[in-house]
Amino acid sequence: MTGLVLLHALVAVLAPAVGARFGKRVFALTVIPSLATLVWLAVHLGDVLDGGAVTETYQWVPGLDLALSFRLDAFGALMVLLVSGIGALVVAYSAWYFPHRPDLGRFAMLLCGFSGAMLGLVLSDNILLIFVFWELTSITSYLLIGFDDTRESARKAALQAILITGAGGLAMLAGLVLIGQQSSGGTWSLDEIVHNAPSEGAVMSWAVVLVLAGAFTKSAQVPFHMWLPGAMAAPTPVSAYLHSATMVKAGVYLIARLAPAFADVGLWRELTAGVGVATMIWGAYRALRQHDLKLVLAFGTISQLGFLVALFGWGDSKLLFAGTAMLLAHAFFKAALFMIVGVIDHQAHSRDLRRLSGLGRRLPATAIIATLAAASMAGVPPLLGFMSKEAGFLGFADSLHSGADLVLAGLVVGSILTTAYTARFLWGAFAVKPGAEDPIGAEVDRPLPPLIIPAGLLAVASLVGGLYAPLADELVRPAAAALHEPAGEYHLHLWPGFTLPLLLSAVALMGGLALFALRRPVAALQRKVAVDNGADDAFFALYNATLRAAARITRIVQPGSLSFYLSAVLITFAVVPAIVMMGDWEVPDGAVWAESPFQAVIGVIVTVGAVGATLTRRRFAAVLTLGTVGYGVAMLFVVQGAPDLALTQFLIETVVLVLFLMVLRRLPERFAPRRTSSLRAAHALVALGVGAFVFAMALASLAARTERPLGHEMSEVAYAEGGGRNAVNVILADIRAFDTMGEIVVIAVAAIGTAALVRAGRARRDDEAVPDEIRAGVGVDDGGDGR
Amino acid sequence: MSIALALTASVLFASGTYLLLQRTLTRVILGVALLGHGTVLLLQVSGGRAGDAPIVGPDTVGSSVVDPLPHALALTAIVISFGITAFLLALAYRSWALTHDDQVQDDIEDRIVARRVELDLERSEAAAAREAEDLTEFGPDDHRTPIDDEDRP
Repeated sequence: MTGLVLLHALVAVLAPAVGARFGKRVFALTVIPSLATLVWLAVHLGDVLDGGAVTETYQWVPGLDLALSFRLDAFGALMVLLVSGIGALVVAYSAWYFPHRPDLGRFAMLLCGFSGAMLGLVLSDNILLIFVFWELTSITSYLLIGFDDTRESARKAALQAILITGAGGLAMLAGLVLIGQQSSGGTWSLDEIVHNAPSEGAVMSWAVVLVLAGAFTKSAQVPFHMWLPGAMAAPTPVSAYLHSATMVKAGVYLIARLAPAFADVGLWRELTAGVGVATMIWGAYRALRQHDLKLVLAFGTISQLGFLVALFGWGDSKLLFAGTAMLLAHAFFKAALFMIVGVIDHQAHSRDLRRLSGLGRRLPATAIIATLAAASMAGVPPLLGFMSKEAGFLGFADSLHSGADLVLAGLVVGSILTTAYTARFLWGAFAVKPGAEDPIGAEVDRPLPPLIIPAGLLAVASLVGGLYAPLADELVRPAAAALHEPAGEYHLHLWPGFTLPLLLSAVALMGGLALFALRRPVAALQRKVAVDNGADDAFFALYNATLRAAARITRIVQPGSLSFYLSAVLITFAVVPAIVMMGDWEVPDGAVWAESPFQAVIGVIVTVGAVGATLTRRRFAAVLTLGTVGYGVAMLFVVQGAPDLALTQFLIETVVLVLFLMVLRRLPERFAPRRTSSLRAAHALVALGVGAFVFAMALASLAARTERPLGHEMSEVAYAEGGGRNAVNVILADIRAFDTMGEIVVIAVAAIGTAALVRAGRARRDDEAVPDEIRAGVGVDDGGDGR
Repeated sequence: MSIALALTASVLFASGTYLLLQRTLTRVILGVALLGHGTVLLLQVSGGRAGDAPIVGPDTVGSSVVDPLPHALALTAIVISFGITAFLLALAYRSWALTHDDQVQDDIEDRIVARRVELDLERSEAAAAREAEDLTEFGPDDHRTPIDDEDRP
C-alpha cells in the first residue's frame, strides 16, 4: 500500500515535464497509478469481503507515534474503489474535456497527487497518519480550486477553502491526539481504538467535538459549508472528483469509522444528527435558487453530505449499512452529474440554466445519462439511490434511540427538496424554455463519445446496482460490517414491499415534484425570506476585518522610522534583563568609589566629553569631544595597568579623528535642525534607561562571580607554555589565535569596503562616457578633475 | 572594582544610545564610536581591579598582576570598532556624495505596507465581481486581462 501511494507521488512529480512535452497525452501517464490500484484491489477483494484485512506497517517517526501503517478492510476497499475507480474515469474525462493549454501537466500532477493522498487517507490505520493525508488532500484541493490562477474569484475561493478546512484539520488533530492519549495502552491504531473505545469522560467529550469540527469543515456541513460552492471555481473534472465523490467524503469517512465507538460519547449523536439534517435541508433549499448548473449540484452535494453525516453519525449498525450504500450511490450519481455539466459547458459554453434551452433534443445521449443519474439522486426506483434512501429511512424508523423520529422527519423534508432541485437541474439543463432571453441550444454540437462515456459508465453503475440489488449488497454489506458488526437481516431490496420507507419515498418524490411544479411561487417566497450568502459574507467579513486589524497594527509598529525600531530593541535590551535582575541585585564585595584619584578625574573628563558630544550642534566640535573621550579612555587604560590597550587606543583614536575630519570636511558645518522636544525627551529617556541598566548590570555581573577569573590561569601559563612575558600578547597570538585571525579578516573586509566606497565616487568622475547631466544628477564633487 | 569606572562606562552607553537615535548620519556614527568606548571600559570593569601590568616572568606571583583576559578582549574590541567606524564613515561619505543628504530617511515602503491592504481588498472585490457573471469555463478570455498594478500609492 505504501508502494501504491509512492507510485502516485512519483507519477505526479513526473507529470509536469511529460505534460510540457506531450500535452494531453500526460493523462495516459497519470491514469496508471489509479489502474494499478484497481488491479491490486481486485487481487485482494475476495479476502477482504470475507472479513479479512490486509495490513502493512513501517516506522516513520516513532517519537511521535507516527507510523506508516496501512490497513485495507472491506469499507476501505469500497473507498478505494471510489477513489481509484472514479479517479481513473475523471482522468480519462479530463483528457477530452480540456482545450489545449500549456499547464495541463500541472493539472495532471495535482490530480494524481490528490489521488495518492486520498488513497493514503482511506487506507491509513494510524490516526496521526490520517491527519497527514487529510492535510495533503486539503492542500491539493486548494491548488486545484485555484488552478485558473489568473482569476481573482478562483484564488479567493481556494483561500477560503484551505482556511476553513485547515482550521478544521487543526481542531481534528487536537481531538485525535486526545483520543490517542486516552486510548487504552496508548495505541494510535484506528482499528484498535474503535474496538476498545477509550474510557468516557470530559476529555473524550471534548475530543469528539474537536474531531467532528474537522469532519464538518471537510465535508462542508453548516455553518462551514460556504467553501464548497466557492470550490466550483475549479475546473469541472475537479468538482466531479474532489468536491463530490471523494475529498468531501473524507469527513464522512472519519465519522463512519469513529461512530461505532463514539456515538454515545458526549454530544456526538446530537451534533451529527442535528448538523447533518440542518445541512441536508439548507443545502437543498439553497440549490433551488441557483442559476448555475454547477452550483445547483454543489448545494445538492452539501445537502447529500448532510444526509450521510446524519446516517453514519447515529452509529447504529443498520444506519451504517444505509450510509455505506448511500455513499456508494452518491459517488456514482454526483460524479456523473458533474461530468454532464462539464459536457454541457464544453458544448454550449454556458452553464446558465436561464439561457440553456432545448439541449435535450440536441444532445439525447447526454440527456439520457443525466436523467439516469439524477433519478438515482432523487431516489427513484429502481436505482441505487432509491434503495439506499429506503435503507436509511428504515434504519431511523427502527431505531430505538430517542429523537430518531425527528431526524426521520427532517430527512423526509430534505428528500422532498432533493427531488425538487433534481427536477430543477434536469429541467434547467435540457428542457425547452420558450421565454428564455438570449437562449443557447439551437446550434450546440453533439459531444465526442469519449467525453460522455465516463459519466455513462457511472450512470449505468447506478442502474445495475439497483436492478441487480444482490450485486451491490455483496459489496455494501461486508463494507458496513467492517465498520461495526453485520447489520442483521438488512439487505438492499429492489422491492421492499408496502412499508413505511416506501411511503416516505413516495412522499419525497411527490412532494418534490409538486414543489418543482410550483417553482414560481416558491421562488417568490424564497426571494422574500432571502438570507442567501449569509455564511459566505460572514466569512469574508471576518477575513477582511482580520486583514484590516493587521494593517492597523502594522501601521503602529512599522512607521518606517529607524529610531523607532532601534528604540524598541534598546528598550527590550534594558527592560527585560532588568526585570530578571531586580530580584537579587547586590553591590559586589570590595567595591570602591575609585581606585585612584586619577581614575576619578579622568572619568569626569570622559563624562564631560561624552555629554558634550550629544549636546553640540557643530560637526567639528562633536568630533573634538569624541577625541576627548577617546584619549580619556586611553588614559584610563594607563591607570588600569593596561599599557597595550593604552597604546592601541592612542594610535587608533588618532586615525579615527583624521578619518572623521577628512569626511566632515565635505559636510555642512552644523547638523540639521533639531527635532521636536518631546521626541528628544523620549530619546533621552531611552538613553538614560540603557545607561542605568548597563551600570546595574556591571555591578551585578561582578557580584555574581563565584569562580576565580580564567585570566589568572592564563597569565600563569603565559611564560611557562606560551613563552612570552606579556600575558596579553600571548593570549592574542597564541591562546586565542583563531579569534585574532578572525579579527584581522574583519579589518581586511572593512578596509576593502571602505576603499571601494571612497573610490566609487572617483571612478564615476574619471569615466568620460558618462554624460554631464547624469554627473550633475549624481552630485559628485567635480572640483578635482579640472572641468 | 571601581564604581567610577562603571559609571563612566554607563555614561558612554547613555550618550552613545542617544546619538544612535538621531537622524543625522554623522551623529549616529559618533554614537557607535561612543558605544564602542563604553564596551571597552565595561570589559575593564569585569577585570575586577586595577594593578600592575600583566607582564610576567618565571618569578612573578600570579595574583600580583591584573587579569589579562579583559585586556585581550578589549584589544579585539577596539580594533573591530575602529573597522566599523571607518566603514560607516565611508558609507556616510558615499551617501553624501550621491544625495547631498546627511539624514537617515524614514522608510516609505514600510509605511505603504499597511496602507496597501485596503486597496488590495477593494481590487480583489472588484475583480471577483467582474468574473461572477461568466458561468462557463470555455468563454472568451476577457477576464484574463492583467489587472493594472498602478493604482497603488
